[in-house]
Amino acid sequence: MKVLVPVKRVIDYNVKVRVKADGSGVDLANVKMSMNPFDEIAVEEAIRLKEAGKAEEVVAVSIGVKQAQETLRTALAMGADRAILVVAADDVHHDIEPLAVAKILAKVVEEEQPGLILCGKQAIDNDMNATGQMLSALLGWSQGTFASELDIDGDSAVVTREVDGGLQTIKVKMPAIVTVDLRLNEPRYASLPNIMKAKKKPLDEKTADDYGVDVTPRLEIVKTSEPVARAAGIMVGSVDELVAKLKEAGAV
Amino acid sequence: MFTASMNFDLGDDINALRDMTHRWAQDRIKPIAAEIDKSNAFPNELWKEMGDLGLLGITVPEEFGGADMGYLAHVIAIEEVARASASVSLSYGAHSNLCVNQLKLNGSPEQKAKYLPGLVSGDHIGALAMSEAGAGSDVVSMKLRAEKKNDRYVLNGTKFWITNGPDADTLIVYAKTDPDAGSRGITAFIIEKTMAGFSTSPHFDKLGMRGSNTAELIFEDVEVPFENVLGEEGRGVAVLMSGLDYERVTLSGIGTGIMAACLDEVMPYLAERKQFGQPIGNFQLMQGKIADMYTALNSSRAYVYEVAKACDRGEVTRQDAAACVLYASEEAMKVAHQAVQAMGGTGFMNETPVSRIFRDAKLMEIGAGTSEIRRMLVGRELMAKMV
Repeated sequence: MKVLVPVKRVIDYNVKVRVKADGSGVDLANVKMSMNPFDEIAVEEAIRLKEAGKAEEVVAVSIGVKQAQETLRTALAMGADRAILVVAADDVHHDIEPLAVAKILAKVVEEEQPGLILCGKQAIDNDMNATGQMLSALLGWSQGTFASELDIDGDSAVVTREVDGGLQTIKVKMPAIVTVDLRLNEPRYASLPNIMKAKKKPLDEKTADDYGVDVTPRLEIVKTSEPVARAAGIMVGSVDELVAKLKEAGAV
Repeated sequence: MFTASMNFDLGDDINALRDMTHRWAQDRIKPIAAEIDKSNAFPNELWKEMGDLGLLGITVPEEFGGADMGYLAHVIAIEEVARASASVSLSYGAHSNLCVNQLKLNGSPEQKAKYLPGLVSGDHIGALAMSEAGAGSDVVSMKLRAEKKNDRYVLNGTKFWITNGPDADTLIVYAKTDPDAGSRGITAFIIEKTMAGFSTSPHFDKLGMRGSNTAELIFEDVEVPFENVLGEEGRGVAVLMSGLDYERVTLSGIGTGIMAACLDEVMPYLAERKQFGQPIGNFQLMQGKIADMYTALNSSRAYVYEVAKACDRGEVTRQDAAACVLYASEEAMKVAHQAVQAMGGTGFMNETPVSRIFRDAKLMEIGAGTSEIRRMLVGRELMAKMV
């Protein structure tokens, strides 16, 4: 079985996010970028499937700017066998929307014929949580989202999902799309020898045009703003004072 | 965590190495750094982890299990380890540079094949022993005696302040084979912990770099076969000198790592700590402090990285190797001092990382050559070109 793992290059989770002065988005110039942490968990799971003899090949794919090849090199250093870069934007501020990503991925799937697609449940930049589901609809494949456990059993997969109030276990028919949650595994650190070996692994470069997909945005971002700063608290002397203050603030 | 620094254009390999080491060190070492300091004990499980990540043999050829990279790579790795814990980075440097790189530079093919793979994988721990209680800066005055008897050498005497001494399996040790020949009477040996008559003191109780285990080595009629001579008899000083420039450059990374760690602690504090109704980072005196700290960090990095690149091109000079470690070490001490100051009463508490970093930084001006010796070297080398 071949496992396809779509990975996204996002702003590093350690970076303090800054909104651009014109409110059109987040400032990404000269900012440290990394692989979306949920995608990293997906890569790890794919490599574990390969190590367990349940998968033969792990292919990582990324759609975005050319610099996303660094993200793919990370996936290769972790243990993916080869990578596909689909260049669809030349400005780091141009985010490709989930539907366009899903359409390109559907074409990649057509070419690659994987038995399983493992991807992060969402990217930490825009928190859309949509690509996996859209891809499932486009392909007509089964989906198991928010996976915290995955067990491949012949032509079906048992997926434990993290849902409100507990865990739900479902069985889906393969080929399937599984979007992964935080607790599925702990990704490995790429070792130095593997970082060096990753440079020699194949990385194919394509463009969105190669797949005939229009990546023009369909959504218009009206405004991006910083979270409102929390106002400082005050100490109240009595219950009466508290009630008075709450009334004053229109809260009761 | 302070991430807003310029990109030094060190290349994709080095960036990937830094990312990996940074993440591992922040996840695995930083949470236990305070405990390492408090208990004064090195967490030996880290050796195998560093071995698995390929950090122990960065400058070693692939045939012996290494990564076959250079000194710049080694500097970046040690900086990121030091950023999590300076004491771990000191032990790491003593192993991976002082011991492993000396074997790589001076070992025979047989010696490399015998000792490097275990050291690179982290199954064995390495050390290097030069100093003695009576021979610090004046290293040539060492007294450890190696007498030739029949088919072997017999070593008697002691070594002092030896990093990794209590734990090391493989040690490079300098001894006098001809006490009357001065610098030409010193020979380098590869010592194994299991050799009869070799022992170590309990590890020392130090001001800083606690948990990087330091001890005295004791040699009582330790018999060493001829094949364990590193280099040639009487040529120990050449062996010693061959590694010193690289040692200085590599250990400079501890200084830059200490400075980065200071900013990691101070920057969030200045944003969060409020006095007079606002974050103290709004005050110009505090901004002046972080401006100086940042300038010290990045000017040290710029110099250290350039000297490391010169090492990789085979063009390093003694004065630059000594000058970059002199500068990075003294700046590290100053920055650590200001980090404690910026955090005030909080910084003075033993539970805050900056107080530990402050104590650790002092070693940078003393260990592996004092600032005085480094200055002397730079000045002497410069004048030697004029006369």
